[in-house]
Amino acid sequence: MAAGASLELVKVTKMYGHVTAVDTIDLRIPAGSYCCLLGPSGCGKTSTLRMIAGHESVSAGDIIVGAKNVTDLPPAGRGTAMMFQSYALFPHLSVIDNVAFALKMKGVAKAERHAEARKLLELVDMQAYEARLPAQLSGGQQQRVALARALITSPQVLLLDEPLSALDPFLRLRMRAELKRLQRELGLTFIHVTHGQDEAMALSDLVVLMNGGRIEQQGSPREIFNHPRTEFAAKFIGGHNVIALGDTSYAVRVDRILLRKPGQPIDGPQVAGTISKIEYQGTYVLVAIVTDGGREISAQLTDDQFDGTTYSIGEQVIATWNPALADPLTPPRHLAIATSPELVA
Amino acid sequence: MTQDTGAADLTSPLAPMTAGGSDQAASGGRLRKAAARSIAWLQAGPMMLVFALFFLLPLVLVIIVSAWDYNEYEMIPAFSLRGYTDTFEGCISGLPELCTILKTYLKTLKLCLLTWGLTLFIGFWVAYFLAFHVRSKTWQIVLSLLCTIPFWTSNVIRMIAWIPLLGRNGLVNQGLIGSGLTTQPIEWLLFSEFSVVLALVHLFTFFMVVPIFNSMIRIDKRLIEAAYDAGASGWQTLVNIVIPLSKPGIVIGSIFVITIVMGDFITVGVMGGQQIASAGKIIESRLSALQFPAAAANAVILLGITILIISALTRIVDVRKEL
Repeated sequence: MAAGASLELVKVTKMYGHVTAVDTIDLRIPAGSYCCLLGPSGCGKTSTLRMIAGHESVSAGDIIVGAKNVTDLPPAGRGTAMMFQSYALFPHLSVIDNVAFALKMKGVAKAERHAEARKLLELVDMQAYEARLPAQLSGGQQQRVALARALITSPQVLLLDEPLSALDPFLRLRMRAELKRLQRELGLTFIHVTHGQDEAMALSDLVVLMNGGRIEQQGSPREIFNHPRTEFAAKFIGGHNVIALGDTSYAVRVDRILLRKPGQPIDGPQVAGTISKIEYQGTYVLVAIVTDGGREISAQLTDDQFDGTTYSIGEQVIATWNPALADPLTPPRHLAIATSPELVA
Repeated sequence: MTQDTGAADLTSPLAPMTAGGSDQAASGGRLRKAAARSIAWLQAGPMMLVFALFFLLPLVLVIIVSAWDYNEYEMIPAFSLRGYTDTFEGCISGLPELCTILKTYLKTLKLCLLTWGLTLFIGFWVAYFLAFHVRSKTWQIVLSLLCTIPFWTSNVIRMIAWIPLLGRNGLVNQGLIGSGLTTQPIEWLLFSEFSVVLALVHLFTFFMVVPIFNSMIRIDKRLIEAAYDAGASGWQTLVNIVIPLSKPGIVIGSIFVITIVMGDFITVGVMGGQQIASAGKIIESRLSALQFPAAAANAVILLGITILIISALTRIVDVRKEL
C-alpha cells in the first residue's frame, strides 16, 4: 500500500454564487498525519474536504498532493479516496463487490479483484461478511466496509466525511480507536471532518479549527486546548471561560479558576460574583458563578478544593486565576462572512 | 395456541402481584388483540370489497362462462370446452402451417415486444433526464406534470390526431414529396404495424417514465459520487449503479405497458385500419358475434399468457423485495 502523501492547500476559495463558503485557505498537512477539520456546521469544512476529493470544483487556488498539483484532476486521479458520510455503500452489491468496485471499473479480472478485496476485508476484520448485502450489516460493519472500499485504490490521502456521526456513542468510541490504529499502521494521511471537538482531540496530530470559511486556529490538540487564540476557539473547544478584563478578553480553563471568599487576600486578577449553581460530577465539582457584570463563569473544583471550604448557592465569591495560565484573546475579525447564511455543512 | 402464550407473556409481570387477576388480564389481552384484528379488517375492508366486487367476481364469471356451451345466437349454461376447442380449431391438423389464433398471438407478441422495447428506451432516458439532469425539485415536478398533458385528451383523439399527419396526403407525405425526397406518398405510414406501434409508444411511454423516475429519484446521489470517486466513467456508473437500482421501476413500467398492449384492441383497430388482428381484437369480434363463451375462453387464454410474461419478469426482479 502506498505511503501517505503531504497535502497542501494554497489560497483555496470556494464560492457558491455570491456566497463565499471557503475563503482563501492556506493549509499544510504533513505526510502520514491525522488531521481533523473541526468546526460548526456551515464553517466550510465539508466544502474544503470535497474540494480536496475532487467532488467540488475549486473557485480559486491550488490543491497539491505530494508533489502533484491535483486541482483539476478527477477524484480517481488524485491519490485520494473518500469515505462518505453514512458510507454510500452500493445497496445492490455484496460486501466484496462493494470493496472491489474500483478495481472492476479499472477492468481487473474478477478472481484478482476479489482476492485484493479479501485482503482489505481482512484488514478491517470483515472477511466473514463478504457475501452479505449492505442492508444486512450494522452501522459499524458498514463503516468498516466503506473503509475497505476507500482503501482498495491504495490512496495516499484518505478523506473521511463525518465518519463517526452515524454511530451510537459506544460504537463511536470503538471505531475512533480503530481509525487511529489503521492510520498508524498504514502510515496514510487521514483528513477527517467532524464537528465534535472531543473526536478531534482524541484523534488528531493536527487540528484545523474552521469558522466562517476561514481557519480560526490550527495546531496540535494540546496547543489549541491550552492556548486558544480567539474567543470562538476558546468557546468551541470547550472547557474554557472567556473573561473580559478591561479591553482584553482572556481564556481561562475551568479547572484553573480558583474561588476565594470576600476579604481573603488575592494576588492576581479577580472577578466578583455570586454562586448560582453547584453540580457534583463525581470526579469534580462544577460551580457556576454569575459575575457582577452579569456574565457566567464556570469553575471546576477538585473534591479537595471543594471540601476545604464550604460554598453554597447565593454566596458571594471572588474568582481568580494564575495569570501565567490565561491566554489573552485576539478580538474577533470584522467579517462579512461570519454573518453569511449557513449554506453548506 | 400462540395467542395464549402471547397473552400470558403480556401479563406475566402482573401475575405475582394479583393472584386471581392473571386470568382477567389474560382475557383482557385476548380481547385487545381481537379488537386490534377487527380494526385491521375494517381498514382493509373497503378496498377488499371493491376488489372482490369489481375484479374477482367478474373474473370468476368469465372463467365460468368460458366453460359454457353456445350456438349461433345464445349461450347454453352447460359444461363444454367448445369455446377453447373452437379457438384452437385446425391448429394441430393444419401443421406445419400456423393456425389463425397462433398467428394472431405471435403478431400481438411482436407488437407488444416492439412497443415495450421502444417505451423502455424512451422512458428510461426521459426519467434519467428528469432525475439526474434537472437539478431543482420544482423543475422536476413541472416537467413531470408536462408529461401528463397529453392525458388531458382521450386516447382515441390522440390516436386520430396521427391520421392527418401520416395519411396518404398527410403532412409527412406532403413534406417528403415537397422536399423531393420521394415522388410517391409512402403507404406504410398509416394503417400499418408502424402506425400501430407509433401510437402505442406515444400513448404508453408515460407509464414507463413514472415508475422508472420514481426508482431513480430514490437513488442516493452520494452513490453516484462514490462511483465517480472509485474511478467509474459516466457509462460505467450507468451500467453498474443506475440501471441495477432502477430495476424495480423498469419492471413495474414493463408490467404496465405489457398488460395494456396485450389486451389492446382500440389502438390496433384504429391505427391498423381494422386490418391487423390482435388478441384483444379476437375477443371483441367474438363479443360482437354474441359468442360469449368463446370470447370468455379467449380472455382466459390472454390472461394466462399475460400472467406468464409477468411472472417471468418478476422472476428477474423481486419487485416486492425491492419496494
